[in-house]
Amino acid sequence: MAVTATTVHGASPKAGSRTFLAKLRDGDEVARLVTFLFAMFVVLIVVFLVFELWRQSALPRHKFGLAFIVSSVWDPVFDRFGALPFIYGTLVTSALALFLAVPLGIGSAIFLAELAPPRVSDTLQFLIELLAAVPSVIYGMLGIFILVPLMRQYIAPALKATLGFLPLFQGPAYGVGLLTAGIVLATMIVPYIISVSREILLSVPRDQREAALALGATRWESTWKVVVPYARAGILGSVFLALARALGETMAVTMVIGSTPVISSSLLSPGDSIASVIASQFTEATGDLYLQSLVELGLVLFLLTFILNGFARLLIVLTSQRGSGLENA
Amino acid sequence: MSTRVRWRKVVSHLMLALTGVCALISVSVLFFILGYLAFHGGSAIHWEFFTKLPAPVGEIGGGMANAIVGSAKLLALASLIGVPIGFFGGVYLAEFSGSRTAFVVRYSADLLNGVPSIVIGIFAYTILVLPFRHYSTLAGSFALALLMIPTTLRSTEEFLRSVPRSLREGAMALGASRWKTIISVVAPAAYRGILTAILLALARVAGETAPLLFTALGNRFWSPGWNQPTASLPVMIYQYALAPYEDWHEQAWAAGLVLLGLILVVNVVARGVLARGVAVPRS
Repeated sequence: MAVTATTVHGASPKAGSRTFLAKLRDGDEVARLVTFLFAMFVVLIVVFLVFELWRQSALPRHKFGLAFIVSSVWDPVFDRFGALPFIYGTLVTSALALFLAVPLGIGSAIFLAELAPPRVSDTLQFLIELLAAVPSVIYGMLGIFILVPLMRQYIAPALKATLGFLPLFQGPAYGVGLLTAGIVLATMIVPYIISVSREILLSVPRDQREAALALGATRWESTWKVVVPYARAGILGSVFLALARALGETMAVTMVIGSTPVISSSLLSPGDSIASVIASQFTEATGDLYLQSLVELGLVLFLLTFILNGFARLLIVLTSQRGSGLENA
Repeated sequence: MSTRVRWRKVVSHLMLALTGVCALISVSVLFFILGYLAFHGGSAIHWEFFTKLPAPVGEIGGGMANAIVGSAKLLALASLIGVPIGFFGGVYLAEFSGSRTAFVVRYSADLLNGVPSIVIGIFAYTILVLPFRHYSTLAGSFALALLMIPTTLRSTEEFLRSVPRSLREGAMALGASRWKTIISVVAPAAYRGILTAILLALARVAGETAPLLFTALGNRFWSPGWNQPTASLPVMIYQYALAPYEDWHEQAWAAGLVLLGLILVVNVVARGVLARGVAVPRS
C-alpha cells in the first residue's frame, strides 16, 4: 500500500520524498483511503446489481433456458413465461420513437448549432434542457388525457382511411397501443438528441464550414454536405443514447401502451414493453417463478441498454476527439 | 444568376427554414406542457391539497399532504446516501486515483448511469425489500440514491479537475497537506459547479416513479416510519391518473403541476443563477 502510494500517486516530487509516516500524520493517506472506499462502493454496487439480477432470475433461467426469450406465451396462471411479446413491444415502440424523433431532433440541433445567433441558441438550449427535466409520469398523464382520445377519434381513423391497406394500420383502434407509446416516447427523447447533437455540431471545426462556403456552396449545402457528415458518428451516438433511454423508459409507456402481452402486426393494437410489464405486474406477482421471470426481463433490459450505451459512448468519444471519420479523411 | 444557382439558394433557404420549424416545434412542447398543466391543475390546487390526506375511495376532496412529505423524506434520505458517495468518489477520482482504478470507477459510474430506473428498482427490491419482507421508505430512498450517484460523482470529478493547478500549488507551497488543500482550497473553488450538479440530480430523481413502485410502494395515510411504505408525488400521479374517478384526475393534474413546478424552479435556479459562468454537465 505504502509503496504503491508513493510510486504511483506521489505526483509532486515533494510528496514522493516524504516518508509514509509523515504523510499519514498529515492525513493524506487517511483521506485517500476514505475516498477510495467511497469510490469502490460505486464499483461494488454495479457488480452486486448484475449479480443480484442473475441470482434472482435463476428459476426461469433453469426452467425455460433460451426459450424464455423466444417464446411468446406469457401465462402466469399456468406458470408459462416467454419474453418475446415484451421484447417485440419494446423494440417496436423504440423504433417508432426514433423514426419520429430523429428528423425533428437533428433538424432542431442544426438550427441551434448552425443558424441561430449564440444568444438565441443558448436560450433555446436552456428550454430544451428544461424539457428534458420533465418527469416521465407527466408525459404519461398527458398521453392518457390528450393523445389517447385524439388517437382513438382522429388519428387512427385517418391512418386507417389512408394507409389501411398496410398491415401496420389495421384492426380496431382503442387509442392506447404501440403507436401511441411510440409518439409519447418520441416527444421524450427529442431533447436528448438535440442536446448531444448540438454539442457535436458545435465541435466541428470552423474551417470545414468556411472551406465549403469558399468553394461556392450555399449555407445549407455546407451544413448538410460538410458539417453533418463530419459529425456523423457523434450524431449517431446521440441517437443510440436516445434509443437506450427509450428502451428503458417505463412510466409514460406503461400508461399508454395498453398492457397486453400479444404480438400484433398492427401499430394500432395494444401491446406491452419489458419495462412496463415489470412496472405493472411486479407487485402483483404471486409465486417465485412469476417474480423471477420479471427479474429476468429486467436482466434482458439491462443487457440491451448496456450494449447500446457502450456503443453510443464509443461513437461520441470518437467524434469529439478526432472528428468523425476515419473514412472522411 | 443562373437558374441552377437560384434553385440552390431556394433549397438552402427552404431547408434552413425547416430546421427552424423543427426547433420551434421541439421547444413549444415545453410551453404546451406547462400551459396544459397550469390550466388543468391550477383549478384543482387549493389549501386542502397541501394539508389533507387523500379522501377515502368514493369521497370527493382530500389532498396529498402525505405524498408531499413522503417525497421530501425520500429525497432527503436519498441525498444523505447518494451525495457523500458521489462526492467523495469524485474527490478520489480527481485527486488520488491512479489511472487504472480511475478507469474502473468511472466505467462503473457510467454503466450505473445507463441502467434503466426500473431495473434499479428491481435491485433495491431484491436487496432491501425481499429480505425484510416489507416495502419501505428506505428501499425507495436507496433506489433514488443509486440514480443520483453517477451524476454527482462525475461532475464532482470534472469540477475539481477544472480548478487551476496554480491554486493547488499555492496551497501546497504554504505547507498544506494534500487533503487540507482539497478541503480548504480546491473544493471551495469548485463548489458552485458541484452544488449545481447535485441540485440537478435531485430534481431529476424527484420525478422518478418507476423505481418507487415496488420499493416505497405507496400509502394512503401518513407513513409511520422509515421502514414502512410511503406515498410519494410521482406514484400518486400515476395511480390517480389511471383511476376511473374524475375527482382523482383533477388531483393528479394538481400534483403534476406542483411536481413539475418544483422541478423546473430547481432547474432554473441551478442552471440560471448558481451556475452562471459554469459549464453545466448534461445529466
